[in-house]
Amino acid sequence: MNKKIAEHPFLFTGCWELREMLGRSARDEQQLLEAIEEIPLDSIYYHTHSFFLRHKYIAGPYPNDFATWAAIQVRDRVLGEKLGILDPYDFESLESLRAEIVTIIEEHLSQLQIIPRAIYGEPFHFMQSRIIEVPTGLRARTLTEFREILAGIDASVVYYHTFEAILRLGRRKGDFALWIEEQLGLPELAKKISLLDPYRTSLESIRHRIIKLCDEVMEKRAYI
Amino acid sequence: MSRLDDYKEVAPKGSIDFLKRLADKIEGKGILHINSTKLGGGVAEILRSLVPLLEDVGLKARWEVISGNEEFFSATKGFHNALQGQEQRISPGMLRTYQEVNRGNAQSLSFDSDFVIIHDPQPAALIDYRSSKSKWIWRCHIDISRPQWKVWNFLRQFVVKYDAAIFSLPRFAQRLPIPQFLIYPSIDPLSDKNRDLSAAEQEEILSRLNISTDKPILLQVSRFDRFKDPLGVIQAYRLVKRHHDVQLVLAGGGATDDPEGEVVLSEVREAARDDPDIRILLLPPDAHMEINALQRAATIVLQKSLREGFGLTVAEAMWKGKPVIGGFVGGITVQLVYGVTGFTVNSVEGAAFRIHYLLDNSEIMAKMGEDAREYVRRNFLITRHLGDYLALMNFFGN
Repeated sequence: MNKKIAEHPFLFTGCWELREMLGRSARDEQQLLEAIEEIPLDSIYYHTHSFFLRHKYIAGPYPNDFATWAAIQVRDRVLGEKLGILDPYDFESLESLRAEIVTIIEEHLSQLQIIPRAIYGEPFHFMQSRIIEVPTGLRARTLTEFREILAGIDASVVYYHTFEAILRLGRRKGDFALWIEEQLGLPELAKKISLLDPYRTSLESIRHRIIKLCDEVMEKRAYI
Repeated sequence: MSRLDDYKEVAPKGSIDFLKRLADKIEGKGILHINSTKLGGGVAEILRSLVPLLEDVGLKARWEVISGNEEFFSATKGFHNALQGQEQRISPGMLRTYQEVNRGNAQSLSFDSDFVIIHDPQPAALIDYRSSKSKWIWRCHIDISRPQWKVWNFLRQFVVKYDAAIFSLPRFAQRLPIPQFLIYPSIDPLSDKNRDLSAAEQEEILSRLNISTDKPILLQVSRFDRFKDPLGVIQAYRLVKRHHDVQLVLAGGGATDDPEGEVVLSEVREAARDDPDIRILLLPPDAHMEINALQRAATIVLQKSLREGFGLTVAEAMWKGKPVIGGFVGGITVQLVYGVTGFTVNSVEGAAFRIHYLLDNSEIMAKMGEDAREYVRRNFLITRHLGDYLALMNFFGN
């Protein structure tokens, strides 16, 4: 029986997103571009990363607010697709993510004679996130405990330890993978978890995949 | 009265314990809600569920209602309509009455609480009597995206004195020097309108309403109001009826304070004449169980509004696992994720097209209903609403 006990337990923390409205909106793609250049980074974060906190169960047809607005409200599916394929994981910072979004929209507009506009749809309303951290008080010392707690906990915990940890807290592998590698000595499992791309799915789906990976390891190592 | 733990069965996994942790840092704080009525209307419905839950997580929650005379409520009704964009004549006397009644209420109410949440325009002027130690937040439930500016500017002088404002949709936000937060309204899954019904209850209610389930039911629950487009719903039904043997149920209350409601109702009756498969049900305001049973019996629910505030009837139907086809307006657009939890449409033809599509694809319809229920579970239940208030209190300091 191989049941390693971590020296430092994993402390599960969740979060709640308060949504603050900036009072700024865009009716066409030029206005969208200009606003994206100027808005606070917390707003870029809101419309890209924390999109997933608002879509915990269902992945929408496009994985961020900018792509969704272009495709659904403006009915410009080309820009929707170009923004939809963007993977915020590829960027070191929100500022570099902003620069890429600006480039995509600029290039798109440079090929058009007329600026696409939301004629029937809603304007784009800029928002920003106010993330409130919430320690759950739950802690795990073994992989079994980790798996059990993860299975029953609020989905925002998954968000906090993946999206929030990676982007805003600078822990590139995500908290789950880091702890499993450093405290449980399971680098392979840690690697598989760190390779899960949250931007292609929903929080619930990420949770299920991590649990499945843990189950596989526990079966293999006869964990109880 | 429901306790927070009662929601464990229906709220998202782990969320009830999480809400308790969210409340930890603000335990014992006071939160006072003030609005203008204990009975009737969406605000009272939400507060009736929300206030006991706030108490249940360890806060000192209170709910007070302002009093006013007929003149006051006539003035605030005028404000309400003007803020929602209708042309109204607001006299200086009405503005005076508004301020005097608020002053009178300020003398009789105790504002001794850490957080004071003022709902809607009626009690907004109470801010002039605030104490400095409390945080005051104005919670606006109505659509003020296209207000009559004179009335908004009058109200704005009070709103800017608050610490923050809350709106139900981003497009309701205004140019204000205070933080503005977005909080969606919610439904209570344990209320009579939304709780599970036994087969016997369901059968009894449908039989009483004389609704047969022999044919698929298309349902719209709404007031008989032009903005809800009941005539457009009948036209869409007629386009569908050529290929599918369905029935249409239009259920709603009589609009007692809306003279045009009677006109719309008679137009609807005229349009439905001679068609035994169109049923028009006039329901009283407290027909919660009846609406519940109808939504559960429906095959597809429509909310083909042309203008809408938030449109919580959409979330109610989604919660019952029904695919909803709604107008591309107001809060309907945030409840219906296109093609996933329902369809938004812009025309009678669009509604008919999507009804056809769903009737022809029963598996897609079932999956959409399932996803709709899950989407509501995570976004539009009273437990999420509770979390937003707790987060707001955390944000403003504990």
